[in-house]
Amino acid sequence: MTTAISAGPGHEPGPAPAARGRVRRLLDRHWYAWAMVLPTVLVLGVLVLYPLFQGIFQSFTDLNETNNRDVICTKTLGGGEDCVDNPDRAQFVGLDNYVDLITGERGKFWLLFTNTIVWTTACVFFHYTIGLGLAVLLNRRFRGRSLYRVLLIVPWAVPAFVSAFAWKFLFNPRFGLINSVLVDLGMDPVDWFNHRWTAMFAAIVTNVWLGVPFMMVAILGGLQAIPSDLYEAAEMDGASPWQRFRNVTLPGLRPVSSTVILLGTIWTFNMFPIIYFVTGGEPAGETEILVTGAFRAAFEGLRNYSLAATYGVLILSLLVVYAAMYRRVLRSRGEVW
Amino acid sequence: MRRTLPVAGIAALALVLSACGGGDSESDDKKSPNEVDPASLSAELTWWDTSDPTNEAPAFKELIKKFNAEYPKVKINYQSVPFGEAQNKFKTAAEAGQGAPDILRAEVAWVPEFAAAGHLYALDGTPLLEDGDFLETPLSSNVYDGKTYGVPQVTDTLGLMYNKELFAKAGIEKAPTTWEEVKEDAALLKDKAGVDGIYVNSAGYFLLPFMYGEGGDLVDTESKTIEVASDENKAGIKVAQDLVTSGAAPKPDANDSYGTMMTLFKEGKVGMIINGPWEVANISNDPKFGGFDNLGIAPVPGGSAGAGAPVGGHNYVVYSGMDEAKADAATAFIQFMTSAESEAYLADELGLLPTNEGAYDLVKDNERVSAWKAALDVSVARPWIPEGGLFFAPLDEMATRVLVKDEDVSKVLDQTADKFKSDVVPDYDLP
Repeated sequence: MTTAISAGPGHEPGPAPAARGRVRRLLDRHWYAWAMVLPTVLVLGVLVLYPLFQGIFQSFTDLNETNNRDVICTKTLGGGEDCVDNPDRAQFVGLDNYVDLITGERGKFWLLFTNTIVWTTACVFFHYTIGLGLAVLLNRRFRGRSLYRVLLIVPWAVPAFVSAFAWKFLFNPRFGLINSVLVDLGMDPVDWFNHRWTAMFAAIVTNVWLGVPFMMVAILGGLQAIPSDLYEAAEMDGASPWQRFRNVTLPGLRPVSSTVILLGTIWTFNMFPIIYFVTGGEPAGETEILVTGAFRAAFEGLRNYSLAATYGVLILSLLVVYAAMYRRVLRSRGEVW
Repeated sequence: MRRTLPVAGIAALALVLSACGGGDSESDDKKSPNEVDPASLSAELTWWDTSDPTNEAPAFKELIKKFNAEYPKVKINYQSVPFGEAQNKFKTAAEAGQGAPDILRAEVAWVPEFAAAGHLYALDGTPLLEDGDFLETPLSSNVYDGKTYGVPQVTDTLGLMYNKELFAKAGIEKAPTTWEEVKEDAALLKDKAGVDGIYVNSAGYFLLPFMYGEGGDLVDTESKTIEVASDENKAGIKVAQDLVTSGAAPKPDANDSYGTMMTLFKEGKVGMIINGPWEVANISNDPKFGGFDNLGIAPVPGGSAGAGAPVGGHNYVVYSGMDEAKADAATAFIQFMTSAESEAYLADELGLLPTNEGAYDLVKDNERVSAWKAALDVSVARPWIPEGGLFFAPLDEMATRVLVKDEDVSKVLDQTADKFKSDVVPDYDLP
């Protein structure tokens, strides 16, 4: 703005030349910035924006595997080709997909939605609290600290599906370690995957195991950024360890926490492999979450692209609403984000 | 209705052939593999095999060697693709137009689906169909909209497999032929042998014998109606549920029920299972089981309308993106693989059931094959429609709800039928 105003006097009055001059000036002054940004803009445009708009468009059609072609051709081996116009081509159906999903006409949107909320809330809560606890622990000086740090990061280095299979086996009702421990302790074995909430519990345990290291490392970084004189001052004032934790550590961690919780929420919301491989949606689809529902629509049986796109748009909308609310809450508490 | 499927296919085929005036000159070209000198036929073909890479693949590779002895210049690129991934992998590659194999071993339900999507060559008029001597039911799974898109490689069905040693211990002399007898035998197995009677896998495919046993089916392709919630099916599924609630069968696990069933059976902890010939080698090779001699194989038990088991199996199909120039080589290869000799070889090596009528004469003495003859006699073709692959997601859910969660059969089947209407075959009517 300032440059535009200061540029004013040297030019003829009138909006068009001024604007052109402003653009040229901006380009003159910041050409390197534009040049730097250009590849990113192009890549984002091709890889993110174009598919995004295409997906939104598809969710208003009834596109699936059988009706996506204009002509259907049948080739006979060694004997030419017959082509006919596709009698039922994909059509624009307006909001039908959304109505069907939200009213439960197709799929079980509200069940998946509830599961997703429970899954995300529980996972992020345990990720954060356990990660915080471990980070505080590892931030103290003690022997073998770096070894513990390395060991605790291991789950994060293992590919998610490998952990998922390992935990699935641990939870196996007949042959798994967990039930044999329960039996040894004199308790009844649990049919983990035969009930909605025990199956969900198994998936959440797996994901907590997987996600804690990231939180731990992020928070550990945050802890090290808190100046130690704050702790000294608090100690001089006679603050107890709990008071120091509440009044120095937690406020000091706030910038890190708000970011990792937002990220963790988005990741967990869209965490596909754990649910898919650990519970497989069992029993009877009661532990599916929105992303596994979208996957099944898109890749199982006859691929229903439009329904999967509808799921995608709904997931995106939910996350956008969440992020906006989250930002507003942070802002109301005086955080800049 | 099921019987009319192949007939309808042939009638439609005749129409298509008579409609295409130019067919004659083309069919002369198609005959060429028989006339071409095998030694001069040169091409490179990729084949995706979905058979088990440790148990079954070596026999297939051996066949390729034999094929190359006859056709030295046809190079077969053998690629083992896990069965569970092949369907999606093939569709993705075919849609993208690159990376798809020339020839694929496709499960029977996939063929109409791929054909409807235009991914396959129709094989009408090629020597594959003209000279083939295929069993009618397995061949019927290749017919879509009047054309034939593949030839059967192997057929299978479900049967009752039992542990002979445990049966002897329980004093049972012959395999049960009805679900009622299964229940009685299960009680004997529990009392005298101390094992569970039968493990019922909580998956839709494995509950089809219960539906067929009462005369039920999933859809009627002729009247285009959804038959899932018919009284016959409800009665059949009640029989299955009753096996679990009465204690004849342990409650199946919702997750990995199939794996649990196999482990328990191989370890001799359950007397009977319902499964197919593809597991015979696996079971008899397990050191804990006691070899093939200990394995009893019988037709699936029947309900009030007799016994019925679904037909499964695999077909050879040719990807429509394959270069036409390779047609002769592909035909020759598939013809070789489905010849009576090759199928008899596979039956001897692996116990797979041939689809070529002539092969059965060659394997008369093979116990692993003849054991399934009776089971095959009660097999029923499934409705071969492109949506066939979609049947099983709602049915699996149904199976879990009635067997694991013990929900009301009638209510669950009504909901499954609604789901068929909304998600599987929206063009069909609910009765």
